[in-house]
Amino acid sequence: MSITYLEAIREAQAKALADDPRVFIYGQDVGAFGGAFKATKNLAKEFPGRVLDAPISEDAMVGAAVGAAIEGMRPIIEMQFADFSTPGLNQIINQAASLFWRTQVPCPITIRLPSGGTSGGGPFHSQSMEAIYAHYPGLIVMTPATAEDAYSMLLEAVAIDDPVIFCEHKLLYYHCKAESLPTEAMPVGKARIARAGRDLTIVAYSAMVQDSLAAAEELAGEGSEIEVVDLRSIKPLDTDTVVASVARTGRLLCVGEAWPWGGVTAEVIARVATEGFGLLDAPPQRLNSKDTPIPYHPNLWTVHRPTVRSIGAAARNLLRM
Amino acid sequence: MLQTLESQDALQAALSFRERFVQGFRFMVLARLLDDKMASLYRGGKIHGGVFLGRGQEALSVALGLSLKPGDIFAPLIRDGAGRLAFGEPVLDAVRTYLGSVLGPMRGRDGNVHRGYPRRGLLPMISHLGAMISVVNGMLMARRFKKISGDVGAVSIGDGGTSTGAFHEALNQAAVEKLPLVLVVANNQFAYSTPNARQFACQSLVDKAVGYGVTGRMVDGTNLEACLITLGQAVADARQGGGPQLVVAELLRLCGHGEHDDAHYIAASLKASPAGRDCLQVAEEFLWRKAWADEEATKHFRQEAAQLVEEAVAKVQREPAPNPYRQNWCALASRHLSERFESCPPVQPL
Repeated sequence: MSITYLEAIREAQAKALADDPRVFIYGQDVGAFGGAFKATKNLAKEFPGRVLDAPISEDAMVGAAVGAAIEGMRPIIEMQFADFSTPGLNQIINQAASLFWRTQVPCPITIRLPSGGTSGGGPFHSQSMEAIYAHYPGLIVMTPATAEDAYSMLLEAVAIDDPVIFCEHKLLYYHCKAESLPTEAMPVGKARIARAGRDLTIVAYSAMVQDSLAAAEELAGEGSEIEVVDLRSIKPLDTDTVVASVARTGRLLCVGEAWPWGGVTAEVIARVATEGFGLLDAPPQRLNSKDTPIPYHPNLWTVHRPTVRSIGAAARNLLRM
Repeated sequence: MLQTLESQDALQAALSFRERFVQGFRFMVLARLLDDKMASLYRGGKIHGGVFLGRGQEALSVALGLSLKPGDIFAPLIRDGAGRLAFGEPVLDAVRTYLGSVLGPMRGRDGNVHRGYPRRGLLPMISHLGAMISVVNGMLMARRFKKISGDVGAVSIGDGGTSTGAFHEALNQAAVEKLPLVLVVANNQFAYSTPNARQFACQSLVDKAVGYGVTGRMVDGTNLEACLITLGQAVADARQGGGPQLVVAELLRLCGHGEHDDAHYIAASLKASPAGRDCLQVAEEFLWRKAWADEEATKHFRQEAAQLVEEAVAKVQREPAPNPYRQNWCALASRHLSERFESCPPVQPL
């Protein structure tokens, strides 16, 4: 029996609701309908009154979550798509993120963002928003790449006393599976060596971990041993594990599905250049989506974002440097 | 004279109203004198950032504060000094926040009107208008989850704030959830310098109530008597399950947006109009007329308030400012998750 990434998210929410009376879910269509992606399927029935449909009001959804958190609740907000979190941006970055610093009152809210591109999603149903949220102090940003992490990290997100932006990748919903739900997990803030290698380090997160692993497998057939680091959370960012990996391989390729400007890949390279410059045998490289809105047609979309093929090509290029 | 039970109730109600009016007037005086003192300290270069006065809005604000009870929630806006005092905020908190004392509720991390204690139901506003309404909604929803009933959440906003998306989303949300929310709009005719005519096109802001499916009321914001009655009724209705209440008060801001603003754009004709009356003066004349207090008594109220303010300022001026080298530079409650490069020193006990 296996469980998908999406089912893991649903199960984590069911467990959070069952274990903690302070937890409730609030978002568009999350009630009887079970959510646009069915991440809350049957939860409204299993937990009457605790899984609430919200009006199309992302600002008010997050504001209400902050208020409920002040009163000691632990709300989970489902944004229908990560893209639609922008109307709630003000409440996230100015209200939720600043509350503890200003008042010493914690703000334990979890905001789930169905993130990243899928074929045909187009400009407004495909975005990866993690870099924007990571920019603001007071937020934690999680980017699980496996069904196991989707489950354990979502449970940890609910338990954490700070606002958590939980970026769950839509491409992983159905295709990424675990044999069973984990009972133990690495703590948030620790990166994972998803594949060990000695020739080159690929640092990735979310769905790009899976594509990077596939590229590493291809390169293994060509005699190159690629190490893949799964960041798991981008804030906090586990610089130690990244630098230690670069110390082993001497080469760094950062892969992210988001746009390049000021993003996670830039941050990782900045940190390695600052803290581990002498460890590098070649200039650090990065691979992101193209710096345009995300295209609709599959012909365009598959070229817009990094793929197994382009990751492999970038790695081969870096190995030759 | 033989009193019937009914007339006894009326007498009690009248007495209670008289007491509330006098109490309200005294908070208004205190708020005005506190404002004057902050303005004076600002002009003397003793305050960092801005100073924002509630001059002209005291009657409305105090009526809201007095209508709430302990356990209720209050999200004041920038001109709610009187309402804050009536809700129980100490004068010291205001002075400490303006002067950045480390002993204040915000400990120098936020200033002026951005102060409060969320867990005690007094919310420290963020600057983005309309954003506090949904936070109060969420607090009320949480209490409903916890089966706590009978509490009211009150939010203040201005005419300008009604144009924000956050106002719309949150008032609609409160209506959908049938929350005991009292949303008080102080239409002081200007949002900074922008007049009503450039802010909204409906005849009256109270017309919005019907669109959201909530109860709407208008009140003369310069008249403490009217404010006490209207706000009292709105809060009572919300408390009794009547759903969200929108109260729109007409008044004039008798100062600039902040003390940096000379408000030259406010026409003399508007100042001379009924909305331009000074609510403090109106309330004082009402007291004299009703013989609920004489000139000697109101003079005494002023002296008492002035002494409170002076004592608070003298005390706070001797208090320490925040020390950047002993600051806990960590924005997370989960300190173990803050990144090592941001190295958080140990928290200093407050």
